[in-house]
Amino acid sequence: MPIKSYLAHPQQGMKDELIDALSKHNQCQVIPAENKEILILVTDTDDTQEEELLKEKIESISSLKLLAMVAGFNTPKN
Amino acid sequence: MYNTTQTNRRSFIKKMAVLSAMTAAASMFPGIIFAEEQEAGVPKGANLDWKKAPCRFCGVGCGVLIGTEEGKAIAVKGDPKSPVNKGLCCVKGYHSIMALYGKDRLTKPLIKKNGQYVTVSMKEALDLIASKMKETIKDHGKDAVSIYGSGQWTIPDGYVASKLFKGCIGTNNVEANARLCMATAVTGFLTSFGLDEPMGCYEDIDYADTFFLWGNNMAEMHPVLFSRLLDQRLKRGAKIIDFATRTTRTSMAADRSIIFNPQSDLAVGNAICYEIIHNGWMNSAFIEEHCNFSKGLTNMGYGLEDNYKFKDKPEKINFEAYKKFLEDYNPEKASQISGVSVTDIKYMAAQYGDPNKKVMSFWCMGPNQHSRGTWMNNIIYNIHLLTGKISEPGNSPFSLTGQPSACGTVREVGTLTHKLPHGVVMNKKHREFAAKIWDVPVENIDPKPTYHTVEMFRALDRGDIRFMWIQVTNPMVTIPKLKRYRDGAKKEGRFIVVSDIYPTPTTDIADVILPSAMWIEREGMYGNSERRTQYFEQMLEPPGEAMSDTWQLIEVAKRLGYEKQFYYKKETHIEEIYNEYRKHHVGKKHNMAPLEVLKSQSGAMWPYVDGKSTQWRFNSKYDPACSNGKDFHFYGKPDGKAVIWQRPYEPAAEEPDQEYPYWLGTGRVVEHWHTGSMTRRIPVLHQAMPHGYVELNPGDAKRLQIKTGDTVKLTTRRGEIILPASVDQRGVPAPMQVFVPFFDENMLINDITLDSFCPISKEPDYKKCAVKVEKA
Repeated sequence: MPIKSYLAHPQQGMKDELIDALSKHNQCQVIPAENKEILILVTDTDDTQEEELLKEKIESISSLKLLAMVAGFNTPKN
Repeated sequence: MYNTTQTNRRSFIKKMAVLSAMTAAASMFPGIIFAEEQEAGVPKGANLDWKKAPCRFCGVGCGVLIGTEEGKAIAVKGDPKSPVNKGLCCVKGYHSIMALYGKDRLTKPLIKKNGQYVTVSMKEALDLIASKMKETIKDHGKDAVSIYGSGQWTIPDGYVASKLFKGCIGTNNVEANARLCMATAVTGFLTSFGLDEPMGCYEDIDYADTFFLWGNNMAEMHPVLFSRLLDQRLKRGAKIIDFATRTTRTSMAADRSIIFNPQSDLAVGNAICYEIIHNGWMNSAFIEEHCNFSKGLTNMGYGLEDNYKFKDKPEKINFEAYKKFLEDYNPEKASQISGVSVTDIKYMAAQYGDPNKKVMSFWCMGPNQHSRGTWMNNIIYNIHLLTGKISEPGNSPFSLTGQPSACGTVREVGTLTHKLPHGVVMNKKHREFAAKIWDVPVENIDPKPTYHTVEMFRALDRGDIRFMWIQVTNPMVTIPKLKRYRDGAKKEGRFIVVSDIYPTPTTDIADVILPSAMWIEREGMYGNSERRTQYFEQMLEPPGEAMSDTWQLIEVAKRLGYEKQFYYKKETHIEEIYNEYRKHHVGKKHNMAPLEVLKSQSGAMWPYVDGKSTQWRFNSKYDPACSNGKDFHFYGKPDGKAVIWQRPYEPAAEEPDQEYPYWLGTGRVVEHWHTGSMTRRIPVLHQAMPHGYVELNPGDAKRLQIKTGDTVKLTTRRGEIILPASVDQRGVPAPMQVFVPFFDENMLINDITLDSFCPISKEPDYKKCAVKVEKA
C-alpha cells in the first residue's frame, strides 16, 4: 500500500497546468508552493503495480519538468 | 485479539510524507511557503499574535511560531527564520500546542492523606515539602534527600536545582533522566576530547557526501533532520547508510541497509579502523599532530549489583600496539561476531576511507544505551580521527539527543551527581569557582559524587535515600527492571514529590503532586543537539495554581533558609538566573550568548565569542578558542590532542540462551514522545498509535503461528508481559529478536528489562536482554 511524496518541478510558466494535470488523478494530492515554482505531490495507491502505472502517467505529463521522490512508505490499508 | 485502530494511520503517514517533502523543499528554497498546508489549523479570521519558541519535544530544537489569541494557543507553524528546520516541523511539532490542553491537566497541588489525594493550596504543599526536607536531613543526613530532573527541564530549572542541592544543602544527589539517554555521549566526548558536545553542527549536513547512521532510526526519531539528509541525496547524490539491528523506515529510505547482531557494533567499528589502517586510508599527518593512543580496563562488569563501582585506568599506548590489537578485528573475524558480511564491512570502511568523501556519522540511543556505550562512542570517534574527518564542514561525528534540553540543561548546567555548571565536584578549583558564583561556602559542595540514576533508585529502595523530588519526567515508566524500583519507592518512610502537568504512573507513587507550568506558560531556554541555546517567552497563563518548576524550587529554597542565594525577583527571575548562569561559562571555550541575543534570533551556538556563534569547534579557522597555532586544537585535553582508544568487543550483560532464546530491544515511535504522557493526550497522535506492541520477525512469527494482533507473552528473568503482535508492519526485527516501544504506560515493558549499564557512563542498556516469546 505505497504512499510516496515527491517534489514536482513544472516546465517554466506551467505550474498551473501541472497542478491541473496531477489533480485529475484520484491517487494524487497536490500541495503547491505559494511563492516558488515547485509543488509537493503525494501519491496513495493500493499496490506497487498501481503505483508504477500512476508514475508512468505522471511522468508523461508535458508540463512536468522533473519529479524527485522524497519519502516512500509502505503501509497497511485502513 | 487486539483490534488496532488504524482509522487515522494512513492519513497520518500521508501527513508524514507531506512533511518530508516540505522539509526537502525548504532546504532547497529557503523561505518557501506552502500556506495551505502550513496554516491548515489556523482558524479563518483569527487575529493571532505569533511568537517564536523552540519546539517542546525532541533534541533537534526546531523553531516554531505559536499563534495565540485571547490567552490561548491556537496554532503552531514552523519558523522559516530558524536555521534548524527552515520553517518545517514534524507531526509532533505541528500538534505540540494540543499537549497544553489535555482534559486531565493537573491544576491544583495534591497531598496524599490517609491513602487519598486531597487538594491543598500551593502554599501548604510547598510548606510541607520544605518541612519534610528539613526533617529528612535532620534524621538521616543531607544525602538522604535527592532530586531527579530531566532533559526537559529548562536551563533555569536545572540551574536552581543544582544550586539548591549541591551548593546550599550540600548533597550531590542530583540526577536527571538524560542519564538514561545521553550520559554515554558525555563520557564518549570527555574520554576522546576532554570536552562535551558535538564539535560540528547541523550545517554539516549540507556538505557531507555520506551519512552513516549507527543504530539510529532518524526517520522516526529525528524526522526533520532526516528530511534534510534526504534533500541532500536528491540535490547532491549524498548516500545514506543505515547500520542497525532492525529494519525500520530509515532502512527503507537508505541507500544501503546493513543489519548487525546486537552488541557487535563494537567489532564492526574496530574492523572499519582495521581496514582504514591496512588500506592506507589513514591521515597520518593529522594523527601525528593531533592524536594520542590509549587503552583502558576491560571486563568491567555490567553494574547489575547494588553499590557497583568502576573507575577506568587509562594507559597510553603507541600506534603499533593499537594496530596489533586490531588484528583481532579483521573483516573476517568481525563478520563472524556481527553477522555482517565481509563485503559490507569493507564497503563501510571504504566510505570513511575515501579521501574525496566527506562523512557525517549520526547516532543516538543505539550506541548510547549500550553496556559498552562509552567504548562504542570512542570507536566512532576513532574512525573520524584516523581519517582526519572531523571538525570541518561535512566531516562530523554527530551525537544526537532526544530531549529538548538534554544538552542545554543536563550537560551544560551539569545536573548529574558528579557535575557542576563548569567542571566537576571532584575538582577543588571547580568547586571554588561554583561556590563563589553561588555565594556559598566552598565546603558546602561535597567533593564526592553520590548516586547515578539507577543507583539513586536502588538507594531509595534500600532506604539510603528517603526524600526524592521528581520534576518533568516519568521514571515509573522508564527505569529498567522497573518493578523493583516501583516497589522501593512505595516503601514506608519514603517521601516522594512529583512536579508534572498530567497524572502519570510516577504521580501514582507521589506523596505530593505539584502542578507545573508547561513550556510557553512560563519563560525559559532550551539547549539543543548542536549547542544552540534558544529562548522562549511566557505566552500564556498556566492553568489553576500551576507554577514553573524553577519557581517551585525557589519557593522551597527560601523556606529552607536560602533567601540570600535565591534572591531572584518573580518578574525578572529568569533573566537574573540566566545572567548568573552565564558566569560559569565565561571564556572562549564555552561562552553563552547574552539574553538579548537569544531573544532577537533563533538561538545561538556556544561558544559565542565576539558576537558570533562557533559552528566548528577545535578547528582554528572557525573556533577562536584554538590557541596552539596549528590547524586543529583539541583544547579539552591538556596536551591539545584527541585520544584514539583501544576498545575491544565484549558480550552484552545478558544474551539469549536455551531458556530465553530471543533478544529484546526497546525504543520509540514517531507518533509519541518518550513515555507518551503528552502525545497520548493529542487525539490524532493517540489514534494513530493507540497502544504498545511487540514486533516480530516474520519467519519467527510464522513458526510460532503468530499474526499481527495476536497476543504474545514475553518472559524474561524479571517477569512477563502480554502485548499485541506486529508482524511485517512498521519495523522488522532480525530473526530471533523482538522490539517493543516503551511509550504505553499500560504495557510497561520496563517491568521486564534489565538494569545493566555502561560502567563508565552508568547509562542503562535498554537494547539488549534475553527473552522468551510465546503465543499467549
